Amino acid sequence: MDALLHQVFAGLASGGIYASLALALVMIHNATNHINFAQGEMAMFSTYIAWSLINIGVPYWAAFVATIVISFFAAAAIERILIRPVEKAPVLTVVSVFIGLLLILNSVAGWIYTYTIKSFTSPFPSEPPFGNKFVSSHELGAIAIALFVLVAMYLFFRVTPLGLAMRAAAENPASSRLVGIRVGWMLALGWGFAGAIGAIAGMMIAPLVYLDPNMMAGIMLYAFAGALLGGIDNPWGAVIGGFLMGVLENVVGALIGTELKLTVALVLIIIVLLLRPNGLWGHKVVSRV
Amino acid sequence: MSALLEAQDLHASYGGPAILKGISFTVGEGGITTVLGANGAGKTTLLRAICGMCHRRGRVRFAGQAIENKATEDVVRLGVAHVPDGRGTFLHLTTEENLRLGAYTRHRDKTGIAHDLERVFGYFPKLKERRKQQAGTLSGGEQQMLAISRGLMLRPKLMLLDEPSFGLAPLIVQDIFRIMRAINIQDKVSILLVEQNAELALDLADTAYLMETGQVVLSGPAEQIRSDPSVRKAYLGY
Repeated sequence: MDALLHQVFAGLASGGIYASLALALVMIHNATNHINFAQGEMAMFSTYIAWSLINIGVPYWAAFVATIVISFFAAAAIERILIRPVEKAPVLTVVSVFIGLLLILNSVAGWIYTYTIKSFTSPFPSEPPFGNKFVSSHELGAIAIALFVLVAMYLFFRVTPLGLAMRAAAENPASSRLVGIRVGWMLALGWGFAGAIGAIAGMMIAPLVYLDPNMMAGIMLYAFAGALLGGIDNPWGAVIGGFLMGVLENVVGALIGTELKLTVALVLIIIVLLLRPNGLWGHKVVSRV
Repeated sequence: MSALLEAQDLHASYGGPAILKGISFTVGEGGITTVLGANGAGKTTLLRAICGMCHRRGRVRFAGQAIENKATEDVVRLGVAHVPDGRGTFLHLTTEENLRLGAYTRHRDKTGIAHDLERVFGYFPKLKERRKQQAGTLSGGEQQMLAISRGLMLRPKLMLLDEPSFGLAPLIVQDIFRIMRAINIQDKVSILLVEQNAELALDLADTAYLMETGQVVLSGPAEQIRSDPSVRKAYLGY
């Protein structure tokens, strides 16, 4: 029982990371109908920026905030410079750009920082909180930060006029222009948020998996799976899907061994998607004509 | 009546063949101008050309400013509310969110927006009942009311209306035209109305233009157009 609880908490911690990255995917998907295959590499690169800052002596939380801000603007710039010219191009062209971006970020990170793995500090104490034996401080901190990000994004989109404008621009660009929304900037803003969320996820996962240019490959697989499981067009669905993936991964790993944990998790997802192709909470649009 | 909107020798296309072939028209300050014409005459394109939603060439002045090179968002921000063809509803958002988006350009003005919401609910009580409902579930007539209301939330100087009667039951159409007159008089919004329903449009408007294949073939005071024998035969059916 203790072992199982431990696995559940560990699962929630990595699940929070998957959920954050899944949310970043949903954000770009809802704004542009594209799946950003480079999302993981963007997060990895952001984590290296944080590592560099910490390495030159910047305090952890200052580096944390600076990395988020830098990642926000870098991602928005990527949208303006790389994605905007192919906005109306066929989907394969866009996919090629994403894969190109993935490879560029990966190899530039390898070129600057080498492929040797680096340890990345956790901002949380090394002893477990309250002397418990189920969950480490870093896991608990990562869960808390993931939940904070998710609630903040939810409030931003539900409550603020800018959040409403972003949802509008994603749904109906032509009508959005007719109410005075600058749609192009909304897309850049969506990318900026995705970049910032990815940066947070990267900095939270790096202490667990170590920092190297390929650190995100496996993680993004779980994030994609989580987003598809929950519903790629539904932020809440993707978030819950991300958490489910984390728990599933760890519990299955503990029960039947780590060799098959990815396989079992993915088989479960395929079954769900066969029964519910839009994901568990994907939208079926209700409309009358 | 001085001109609020004035277009001269306006050409427009979607990158292919010319849809507007050099047309000129004006909308008077506080007035209602209607553009009549059959399907494919270029009426919708005329409205889109004003708002920069297609390729255009020629001169367009709005409230003394040249707008022929302005982006859609910037034309809107000058006070031009375009109620588009197909109604442009944000289907996944609620009725109220649709209305709030109409006031996006002045979203910091919370009290003004609350006041304007009540005002459009006064015009269209149905929308108040549907306030929290997903707009995609509204009927065609309700979506048309929503589109007009969304335009009103901008507090526009000029409203461009693209066939507001399209596909609606006659009673609802009458209702909508009655409210358009109220908007014109009470809210002092000038209107450029594109319509196939010539009868209703000529009742409402002070000035009318008749379009055929991208050109103006007849224009003048609405009364005069109504009594023109060729218009009566082709558009009014008597």
